[in-house]
Amino acid sequence: MNFLTGAKRFLLSSLLVYLFLKIFFISGLFSEYVQQIILLAFIVILTSLGLNVIYGYTGQFSLGHAGFYGIGAYTAAYLGTVFQVEGLLGFWPILFLGGAVAGLLGYIIGVPILKLRDDFLAIATLGFGILIRVLLDNSDKVSELLGGSRGFIGIPKIVNLETAFWVMVFLILVTRNLIFSRFGLFWQCIKDDELAAGVFGINTAGLKLMAFTYGCFLAGIGGALYAYLYTFLHPSNFDFLKSIDFLIIVIVGGMGSITGTLYAGLLWVAVIEGLRIVLPAQMLELRWVFIPILLIGVMMWKPLGLLSRKESNLLGLGERG
Amino acid sequence: MKALEVYGLTKNFGGISAVEDLSFSLEEFETLGFIGPNGAGKTTVFNLISGITRPDAGKIIFFNQPIVGLPPYRLAHLGLSRTFQNLRLFNSLKVKEQISAPLLAAKGYGLTSAIFRTGQFETSEKTAQYKTNILLDFFQLTDKKEWPAISLPYGEQRKLELARALAMNPRLMLIDEPGAGMNPREIQDLANTLKKVKEQFRLTLIVIEHQMGLIMNISDRVVVMDFGQKIAEGLPAEVRSNRQVIEAYLGEAAV
Repeated sequence: MNFLTGAKRFLLSSLLVYLFLKIFFISGLFSEYVQQIILLAFIVILTSLGLNVIYGYTGQFSLGHAGFYGIGAYTAAYLGTVFQVEGLLGFWPILFLGGAVAGLLGYIIGVPILKLRDDFLAIATLGFGILIRVLLDNSDKVSELLGGSRGFIGIPKIVNLETAFWVMVFLILVTRNLIFSRFGLFWQCIKDDELAAGVFGINTAGLKLMAFTYGCFLAGIGGALYAYLYTFLHPSNFDFLKSIDFLIIVIVGGMGSITGTLYAGLLWVAVIEGLRIVLPAQMLELRWVFIPILLIGVMMWKPLGLLSRKESNLLGLGERG
Repeated sequence: MKALEVYGLTKNFGGISAVEDLSFSLEEFETLGFIGPNGAGKTTVFNLISGITRPDAGKIIFFNQPIVGLPPYRLAHLGLSRTFQNLRLFNSLKVKEQISAPLLAAKGYGLTSAIFRTGQFETSEKTAQYKTNILLDFFQLTDKKEWPAISLPYGEQRKLELARALAMNPRLMLIDEPGAGMNPREIQDLANTLKKVKEQFRLTLIVIEHQMGLIMNISDRVVVMDFGQKIAEGLPAEVRSNRQVIEAYLGEAAV
């Protein structure tokens, strides 16, 4: 078992970041609010990484990613409430199930819609995202617990620095191992030229489905973490605009770069929440002027994203096994 | 043994009949030249054989196995390979990865092996690397194996494409206009390369080409197509003097 081959530098930097954050967290230098934002950043990175696998590496344009994020969140919250999970021990299976249900749904949806390409796939996934939002809005008709448009309340707060951070680190490593294996290679072949990929022995339908399922699984894990961090879910947190957030992170970071998604995810949360602190309250809405300007600037400066397709040496993520 | 048998192959695009009732066959280790004016349907025939397009009617038998309806990747695993008129390399991949991708598609490892980097992962990747190096050596691309494929000059991209098509150890290879955009000198080199490749890898070939010199040089037999139909078949010398063939290429007045 060489799960960690070539990951020494990444693990070391992770450990340093963790210790650094831990000091700030326990010393109270970071307020409760800032702590939550930081954990949210990890969740956003993880979910965006899922979209990067689907879109950045495999080239399947999805506008419904937030739908799977929501499925993960609601599944985990629902199961946790039904089985009265309150501690970390019971949380792990719930977390996994959140991811698994989102992944399974991705698989089921993927079979028919991944036959579509480009714009058509975008429309189909967009439709799916909207469908999930509508379902969540009316979920109280299925079970009172789900809360419908009033939102899902009463989820215990279980996710802390350790859970969010190390789950992210672990799944980044899993993703890295997949990307730098034959599966990642095939995904990139499909993105470059699907027809040629098929002719050279790659089961394109199967591998697209695999990328989509795995990407949705990551979104589901992200959603489950989100549920147990914020303790409250509302359908509006998982609508179409959220999908755009993830898409922006993938594109700004660089399609086909794990490091890119990592940096862009941090940047995205930092800018949105940072502006909330910097701007006076009555000018808060100006965020949505500054952020697009910033995005336009970044895209003009780096049209292929901050890291294009590269991995940073700093993290040692680009080393093949 | 017959490598390929095609019976009554027909394909219409809308109202246009691209291939009409085409039949031909070839023996193992034979080289078949495939010629005809532009738009005669040659590339469509390749697409039909390699499973990219489905025929409206007809049978295709590959080493005694009917293959109509099988997806392209299955055909690749059965030993059918091809090149493209317009290259179609994987643009974001390195030179060596172009070749290791089909190699790893032919023989690989499972998902858990990939995630946990098991021994099977190591062995499989190493074998692929080893075979990739052999092919790169054969086509004199070794010193450029870390290059992005798109930064190779055109001639070497063509070589790389040939190397990629050979990676899965095919039994039959369809080569679509290998000489496109080459000068007479390069064509001569290409003819030698193709002969060498055929010998080395014990291949059966079908070659589409407009350069008559090349076709006459390498083919054992030639099939001529025009307007989706086969208008002549025979030894290169016979075909060259065939009245219908000259008509198709030069017009009736020329005869």
